[in-house]
Amino acid sequence: MHELPVTESILEISLRAAQAQNARRISDIYLKIGQWSTIVDDSIQFYWDTLSEGTLAQGATLHFERIPTLLLCLDCAHSYHPTGEQLLCPQCGSARLHVHQGEEFQVESIEIETDESP
Amino acid sequence: MSQTITVVEKILSANDRLAEQNRAKIEEAGVYSINIMASPGAGKTSVILKTIEALKPEMQIGVVEGDTAPVTIDADKVMDAGMPAVQINTGGECHLDAIMLQGALNTLPLDTLDVMIVENVGNLICPANFKLGTHVNVLIASVPEGDDKPYKYPGMYRGVQAVILNKTDLLPYIKFNMDYFRKGVEALNPGLAFFPLSCVTGEGFDAWIAWLKEQAAK
Repeated sequence: MHELPVTESILEISLRAAQAQNARRISDIYLKIGQWSTIVDDSIQFYWDTLSEGTLAQGATLHFERIPTLLLCLDCAHSYHPTGEQLLCPQCGSARLHVHQGEEFQVESIEIETDESP
Repeated sequence: MSQTITVVEKILSANDRLAEQNRAKIEEAGVYSINIMASPGAGKTSVILKTIEALKPEMQIGVVEGDTAPVTIDADKVMDAGMPAVQINTGGECHLDAIMLQGALNTLPLDTLDVMIVENVGNLICPANFKLGTHVNVLIASVPEGDDKPYKYPGMYRGVQAVILNKTDLLPYIKFNMDYFRKGVEALNPGLAFFPLSCVTGEGFDAWIAWLKEQAAK
């Protein structure tokens, strides 16, 4: 269970970005999480509700965009989503692979509210 | 007024930055550092103790022991072997992170060491996400865990530079397809160093020690 430090980081990054824009409130946070990055959305949400209390991000909605793992076979150029124990290239059996996506773990963007500019 | 702000920042970037600071401190002291990760019972402490035994005549080795509970069993074993050890109690956390290691670096007599070994918390998921700043990450798998682990824990196998397969003395008694295991490892981590060995018989240990010495000398 490493969702607590992960949630603290999401909050810290979001608050920093919001304060730089003089935000009044953060309404939404968009996260990009690869399939091979192991976290549990529900646990993040659970910690979030407690940690964000009393901050600009209180009540903000967390959006998890899950990126499925996409592998590229370096021998036959087949690209595919591995499932369970089927990791090697399903077309030629090769183990020479490139991980094209699935390891993302970042705060992509935030939606903020600011006071009407004078 | 509502607006979207692009952020694009790695969630654990703060940990990554601390890991870089750790690395700088380790390098400044001229120490070669290894982060050892494995599931509980794979033989992390046994491999470390046997490694100390092999390197002892020519190198000074310090060990950082990560444990979820305040037990000093592993650290005591290292000190019994005549080397300095620091225990980090993670207070239930499932992994070591860069800030925990930073504390340990201030306690270990870094200037007197040649090699520092960090024994991470026994866990095949979380430690992979938290960089510590060590030169290499080594994963210890063991024969009784089964040959399917690279397929089930891809995140863990992705982030390492060497894999030790421990308890090879049990191969005659356990259904373990070496080719299947190696293919999984190779797919996730092309060309990484692989050391099948046994802490009980000592078989295969020489190759690991030779690799370690070569890396430390770089």
